[in-house]
Amino acid sequence: MVVTSQGNHTTPVRPWPGEPGVVATTANSPVKKRSSPRKGRRPTVTRSAAARRRDLPVALLLILPAVIGFATFYAYPTLRGIYLSFTEFHVLSPPKWVGLANFRELFGDDVFWHSLLVTGYFVLLSVVFGTLTSLVTAVVLDRVTRSSALRGVILLPFLISNVIAALVWQWMLDPTLGIVNIALKHLTGHSVLFFGSGGWAIPSLAAISVWKWMGYYALLIFAGLQTIPPTIYEAGRVDGASEIQMFRRLTVPLLRPILVMVVVLTVINSFQLFDIVQVTTEGGPANASNVLQMYIYRKAFRQFDFGYAATMSLALFALLIAVTFTQLRLARANESDLS
Amino acid sequence: MAVTVAPGPAALPRRPPRKDTRRFSPGRAVAWTYLGGIVLVTLFPFYWILRTALSNNYQLATNPSSPLPVGFTWGAFERVLGIATTAEAQAQGGSGATLDIAIYLRNSLIYASVQTALIVLLSAAAAYAFSRLHWRGRDLVFNILISALMVPSVFTLLPNFVLVKDLGLTDTFAGLILPGGLFQAFALFFLRQFMLGLSTEVEEAAIIDGAGPLRIFFRIILPMSAAPIATVSLLMFVNAWNDYFWPLLIANDQSVQPLTLALGVFKQSSPQAAPDWAGLMAAALIAALPMLLLFIAFGRRIVNSIGFSGLK
Repeated sequence: MVVTSQGNHTTPVRPWPGEPGVVATTANSPVKKRSSPRKGRRPTVTRSAAARRRDLPVALLLILPAVIGFATFYAYPTLRGIYLSFTEFHVLSPPKWVGLANFRELFGDDVFWHSLLVTGYFVLLSVVFGTLTSLVTAVVLDRVTRSSALRGVILLPFLISNVIAALVWQWMLDPTLGIVNIALKHLTGHSVLFFGSGGWAIPSLAAISVWKWMGYYALLIFAGLQTIPPTIYEAGRVDGASEIQMFRRLTVPLLRPILVMVVVLTVINSFQLFDIVQVTTEGGPANASNVLQMYIYRKAFRQFDFGYAATMSLALFALLIAVTFTQLRLARANESDLS
Repeated sequence: MAVTVAPGPAALPRRPPRKDTRRFSPGRAVAWTYLGGIVLVTLFPFYWILRTALSNNYQLATNPSSPLPVGFTWGAFERVLGIATTAEAQAQGGSGATLDIAIYLRNSLIYASVQTALIVLLSAAAAYAFSRLHWRGRDLVFNILISALMVPSVFTLLPNFVLVKDLGLTDTFAGLILPGGLFQAFALFFLRQFMLGLSTEVEEAAIIDGAGPLRIFFRIILPMSAAPIATVSLLMFVNAWNDYFWPLLIANDQSVQPLTLALGVFKQSSPQAAPDWAGLMAAALIAALPMLLLFIAFGRRIVNSIGFSGLK
């Protein structure tokens, strides 16, 4: 349930080549140095066949639960999900093979295309505003303070659940009693139906999402900033570059791999938006915030049309795969920036 | 890059500040103003939860913009904790619906802590087999398992629901916990990456002293990996505690529903026209409290781990 779902964000890790990394270990512990000369950093290289044979049973024992978990709850469901998308399936009776019927239905389903559009709009808003605010916040943090308390504070929304974030914002954006609307009325003279009007529903949801994730992404970018050597900025300053110029010409290009990663994480998470919608608008008003995941959920658990829901999930899956591969290519194209 | 997976705060790459941090300039004033705004927007909702939770729900409408609780009362908390009588609850604008928050709290605790303990132990064991032991096909198997990172959970949710239903595990903790408790690619990857970097010296000394692989795992590798294990545990616990979608599918019965679901239920049971906001905010505060406590206790570790785990 964790990897890249909207509600359960997983910290991204990408493998780095070469050195396994410098880790504080027991390098200076009182170990008898009578071990063989092959105590190098890559123990994989030299090991006797006997050691391999001895390790095997234990290794199999240790990985068994993980392999069972992988096979049962990842591999099998993935294959089954693909299979179900070619069937008519209502849970109580066994699935019936219908070939491409679900896909044909998908192409003619206006609600599906509308929800794709709505989801795309949400993704766009989240990516643009989310990335911009986290980038600016990270850069400003990096320039003026190294207080980890401050970094902790901006991370706070990341730790609470989407449900709570959605609830408190729904209360604050309440048309009559919400503090935001009271302030708006005071300033502009009229209040806004944030969740009750078709035009505002998606931007409001995106605002909640940005509020919740901004600190997290800002910290990712902040960590990236720490790896940029200060000498680069000194050189820039010697050449007479202004702060803004240095930001545009030095910081952004050097950060590109991390920015690409943040954008893609935002896209992947935003496409799977569900919790916030379910708590606030439930897809309304009149499908205005009926994001893809909401529509899939309704199809499956309100109308029990599991086959069609699986087809839509497959479409979403394909979309996300495409996004991920684009990201990998983009990230690779920029790897040489700081090396 | 000399940075590795979350070795702890000590390994923060120290970099001298680019400028004298105490010097005043207009740019710095703008920067601090911006940060002040961000902190305000971040923290204000938390304050508003507290302020609303301590208000009388009826009187909230009379003075909705008051920065302090309106008609200060612990009533909302008593209401959600089931201490208040129905009459008392209704007198303060509650719906009469109570929330057996103790049960949900217990469920959330069981779900999050059992799943975290399970996934961390199993991931550490597997990570050890994939990093310190030597056997044919090791990297191939690892790469296959890690491919799960590519499959979004949204895709496996429906088939997993059908599977858990077929197994008769709906409305059980087993059904809630097992799918995320046996294997999670991220935890495995994270711990393996750390263990790959451990020095082999102690391990080889132990081998010479006659220790077997299992003994080495429990006595040497596990203690040495305490820091990344703590980090993974925190992240996994936060994830499980905040999980909403999977419990929504699996847990229809109050006896296993976690707090996130309970909040939704409580909201639906309160009237649409005049929701019991004070009660809702009190419940939200109670639900968020464990996260806030974790944050106070481990904030620095969380902050640093997020920075590091994101680095390539």
